[in-house]
Amino acid sequence: MAERWPAVRRGERAGGALVAYRALLGAQARAQTTYRTSFVVDLVGNVGATVFDVLAVVVLYGVTRELGGFTLRETLVVVGLNATAFALADLFFGNVERLPVYVRSGLFDAVLLRPLGALPQLLLMDLPLRKASRTVVGVAVLVAAVTSAGIDWTPGRVVLVVLAPLAGTVFFGSIFVATATLTFYWTESGELANSVTYGGRDFSSYPVTIFEGWFRAAFAYGLGFAFVSYHPALALLGRADPLGLPAWVGWVSPGVALVAAGAAALLWRAGVRHYRSTGS
Amino acid sequence: MTIIEACDLRKEFPVRVKVGRWRRVRRTVRAVDGVDLRVARGETLGYIGANGAGKSTTLKMLTGVLAPSGGTVRVCGLRPVPDRTRLARRIGVVFGQRSQLWWDLPLRDSFDLLRHIYRVPSAEHAARLRRCRDLLDLDAFADTPVRQLSLGQRMRGELTAALLHGPEVLFLDEPTIGLDVVSRQAVRSFLGELSRTGDTTLVLTTHDLADIERLCRRLVVVDHGRVAHDGSIADLHARYGSRRLVVADLDSAPAEPPVLTGATLHRVEADGHRLVYACGAASAAQVVGALAGLVPLRDISIVEPDIEEVVARLYRSPAGEPCTAASAGAGLTGAPSPGPRTSPE
Repeated sequence: MAERWPAVRRGERAGGALVAYRALLGAQARAQTTYRTSFVVDLVGNVGATVFDVLAVVVLYGVTRELGGFTLRETLVVVGLNATAFALADLFFGNVERLPVYVRSGLFDAVLLRPLGALPQLLLMDLPLRKASRTVVGVAVLVAAVTSAGIDWTPGRVVLVVLAPLAGTVFFGSIFVATATLTFYWTESGELANSVTYGGRDFSSYPVTIFEGWFRAAFAYGLGFAFVSYHPALALLGRADPLGLPAWVGWVSPGVALVAAGAAALLWRAGVRHYRSTGS
Repeated sequence: MTIIEACDLRKEFPVRVKVGRWRRVRRTVRAVDGVDLRVARGETLGYIGANGAGKSTTLKMLTGVLAPSGGTVRVCGLRPVPDRTRLARRIGVVFGQRSQLWWDLPLRDSFDLLRHIYRVPSAEHAARLRRCRDLLDLDAFADTPVRQLSLGQRMRGELTAALLHGPEVLFLDEPTIGLDVVSRQAVRSFLGELSRTGDTTLVLTTHDLADIERLCRRLVVVDHGRVAHDGSIADLHARYGSRRLVVADLDSAPAEPPVLTGATLHRVEADGHRLVYACGAASAAQVVGALAGLVPLRDISIVEPDIEEVVARLYRSPAGEPCTAASAGAGLTGAPSPGPRTSPE
């Protein structure tokens, strides 16, 4: 054959990764329309999950008037902040939980062979629109809770009620990523990862005062879950911390979230270097 | 100009081995144990070895998937792991056993997506796609979702996908595995065309030695994580003493097979009606000429040395022990033998 191959490209090509990520996301959307029924089922299932979280709290208050020194209305602020943060984190970062599947199937090799960041590719590998329903429910709970809790609105608290769920999203996202990196060291780490992620979510759905001892210390301040919803809720409600921490602690959650994100990024980087791939 | 350079490349995996009922002992497996490799731009290199010899692990270290435990490696002048995304733009990789395409999308969409991911100008993308479509007959199934393609069709898709961004090096990990004869031929002739008329460097691992014989002038054999041979196929035969065979069918069996200079009697078959000589210093033509004067020839055939036999010998040699010419050459039994065999006494 006389025709020659188009010559290879030499050297570097410049930026514009966003275009690539958008194309990936678009492709995912198209692929997902293939499975319409399961999409609807997931959508409904996800609404159910958040509704149950709220119901669980309401049922508890059917038995007692106060929980750890907090009334139902106050606790619902905690629940709302937590539900919104977790739903958003699950929407954007939840797909990283499937890392063990991608590692086992060898798909992660393909991810590493593309000229894009491995983590963004993983996050975009599933377009979890079905999880969006959950975010809507979370925001609805938060709005209902803060409007009925008798909050004394100041400009600072208005900023906080927006910023706190976003900081919580980054924090939960970091937890998702950090626990997923365990896969690189130990393939069967899924259950342990889940116990931290979902255990943490359930933990921060209540005022930390209902927990005790080392367990509270570990989850609330060791891992930092108290900063997702408990301390911002105290600041919004204008309540002093029964555990004696100063009032400004309610405003540090964005900082805690950034620290968590930095730690998660380092863990991820180390994890990818430790990646062992599969045989053949 | 060197495009791939690996020096004392190593990869060790810690494994836990169960000892007795409860105890587990940590052991280190050396999957790649000091590989040195230099590949020039435009070369086509066959990289072969038994299962577990360290082929895929090496390839993964060259492409940035795995971080080496030791040694240095440069591909296109880049360090594969730290410069992974930059390198990814300049190489293409095809795995025979796993897909890089989007499972639920038509092949056409995957190609389009890759154009965005690698940021290839449309004209360039179109030119390469056209070339692949012509050579690989993609049009028949370009609109089928990848999950519905046959393995042969999918592999043709994978090859195209790996080439659309004009990679400087194309790594192929067992590209013909599991393919039927026709697809295998299609893939081989496509790669042949690519290596002949393009300036892409090809690195190919395979278990199918026919791939190597068709495509590669240079062959690297790895064994137990080390390079056991690096050179041309002819070098391999020369080094391990495999030789061209002259098979002579005779009208009548001579009392004693003639002794020739420059060739040795390799086998006697069919009660002396078939003599097989291995060429040494003498050429096949000289052997035939000499035989014609000594025995009543009915038919002559010349058998090329069989690479599989040599490689099988190489694989069987124990770790760390260099495979000698004597041990490889002694069992030269590559010739097809329709008649009953009698070993030369």
